[in-house]
Amino acid sequence: MKIIEAIGAYILDSVAALGNFVLFLISGVTYILMPPFKPRLTILQIRTIGANSLFLIVLIGAFTGMVLGLQGYTTLERFGSEAALGTVVALVIVRELGPVLAALMIAARAGSAMAAEIGSMQASEQVDAMTVMALNPVQYLVSPRILAGVISFPLLTGIFDVIGIMGGWLVGCVLMGAQTGDYFNGISSQMGADDIKLGLWKALVFGAIVMWVSCYKGYHAERMATGVSRATTEAVVLSSILILAADYIVGAILL
Amino acid sequence: MAHLTMTSNGNDAPAANAIEVRALRRRFDHQQVLNGVDLDVPAGSIVTIVGPSGCGKTVLLKHLNLLLRPDSGTITIDGVNVTRLGWRGIDAVREWFGMLFQSGALFDSMTVYENVAFPLVEKTSQTKDQIRGRVIETLQAVGLEGMDNKYPSELSGGMQKRAALARALIRRPKILMLDEPTTGLDPTRTGAIHHLIRKTQKDFNLTAVMVSHDVPAVFEVSDRVAFMHRGRMQLVGTVEQVMSSSDEEFKRFLAGRASGDEDNSTVSS
Ligand SMILES: Nc1ncnc2c1ncn2[C@@H]1O[C@H](COP(=O)(O)OP(=O)(O)O)[C@@H](O)[C@H]1O
Ligand SMILES: [Mg+2]
Repeated sequence: MKIIEAIGAYILDSVAALGNFVLFLISGVTYILMPPFKPRLTILQIRTIGANSLFLIVLIGAFTGMVLGLQGYTTLERFGSEAALGTVVALVIVRELGPVLAALMIAARAGSAMAAEIGSMQASEQVDAMTVMALNPVQYLVSPRILAGVISFPLLTGIFDVIGIMGGWLVGCVLMGAQTGDYFNGISSQMGADDIKLGLWKALVFGAIVMWVSCYKGYHAERMATGVSRATTEAVVLSSILILAADYIVGAILL
Repeated sequence: MAHLTMTSNGNDAPAANAIEVRALRRRFDHQQVLNGVDLDVPAGSIVTIVGPSGCGKTVLLKHLNLLLRPDSGTITIDGVNVTRLGWRGIDAVREWFGMLFQSGALFDSMTVYENVAFPLVEKTSQTKDQIRGRVIETLQAVGLEGMDNKYPSELSGGMQKRAALARALIRRPKILMLDEPTTGLDPTRTGAIHHLIRKTQKDFNLTAVMVSHDVPAVFEVSDRVAFMHRGRMQLVGTVEQVMSSSDEEFKRFLAGRASGDEDNSTVSS
């Protein structure tokens, strides 16, 4: 009986935790839509996310494109279809690797920083201080970040995509033997609005997920130093898992 | 239970108590942190709660300002039973409170000025000039003029406490709650903060509940003292009553404090 009780308690706890996790997102989104709006806080967060992650995005974007250029060229060359290199690189980046890799990078940099920031605000009672002022901390700390994520992830993903395509061109056309004309003509004739839309939708969803998870983990960090460091780790791990899961789901829905 | 409470005939003058706590109980996991707390806080006085660290003083304060909900028992503030309020009611009651947290809890992304102005900016429709006037005035009252543009991390511990006190006072609360306002300060600064608290309490005609470990220094600025032990109030009374009490636990606590034994953690479990 003890075992069944324990399993029951565990399941109830898990369901309650999942419920809290979902409610957290709902209240965060509700305060985005409800006045008073906090545009200054949102802009500040966009700036923070950008400042934290831009360099990494550029770097990873460039290398991803270069690797695709190299492998794509050597593979396509076997079939004599180097002319398709631009199309392959661009579609893979815009539809898949751009949103996913950019989101993983931002989660690692900006998401973990956010979990740590909110976690230490919780530990030093700043969140309680807001509550006692009859202000809702979610409105000040969570909603602006979710909105900032939804705005900045597509922008950063766009930058990743452009840099990646240029990286593929650099290796495939300048260093290897593909033709620059073929490369860009292929992209402009083969890549459609649907591909771009898919990439942007993914970036938008990932932005909401990373901010949601990071804020939640920080907000519920245990009130001590180890609690904050645990929260940052968990934020990155859970963000990454949910990014990959959502990548599949969004892809399947918008197929 | 040496209850020296002189206002035990509380029925005669219920309005005289700003806060009344009755049989408050709260459990965390397997630890009964509050185990039947009774406490009266007469309006316009400073009641100081002392006790070994970990005995539940912070938890009690967080029940008073409604950050935590009790398992049972009641808290009455200005005649309103706040333990049954919904969130709208709670927000309304919180308008009466000013709270100084144990860790100061200044927003570290904001300057001292922004911190102190924050409750006014967010919760009132005052103009920029009105707010500026009030903030300058309050910063002066706590002896922090000219520090407006500093960030909390640039302030000393004592200054942080003053800034946090200014923020707690900015909306002119009726009830001030102070959680260890002098932790980490040297004796000189401790005395200065104590007198500042007494002065602001008089100037703004406040009721104050203070948690402190500065025994017996803090008694100088207290009207009443409550000694918390094992999740309840072991001893409550005026400073004279408490100091002359023969309660063994309290004597041991006083002796432990006097000998500089910082962690006499007789933690209730
Ligand atoms: N949120 C919480 N969850 C679990 N235990 C808690 C919580 N807050 C406080 N406690 C426990 O309650 C006891 C009293 O804590 P506290 O009120 O902070 O003591 P103090 O008298 O030093 O202020 C401690 O043993 C602490 O571990
Ligand atoms: Mg405490």
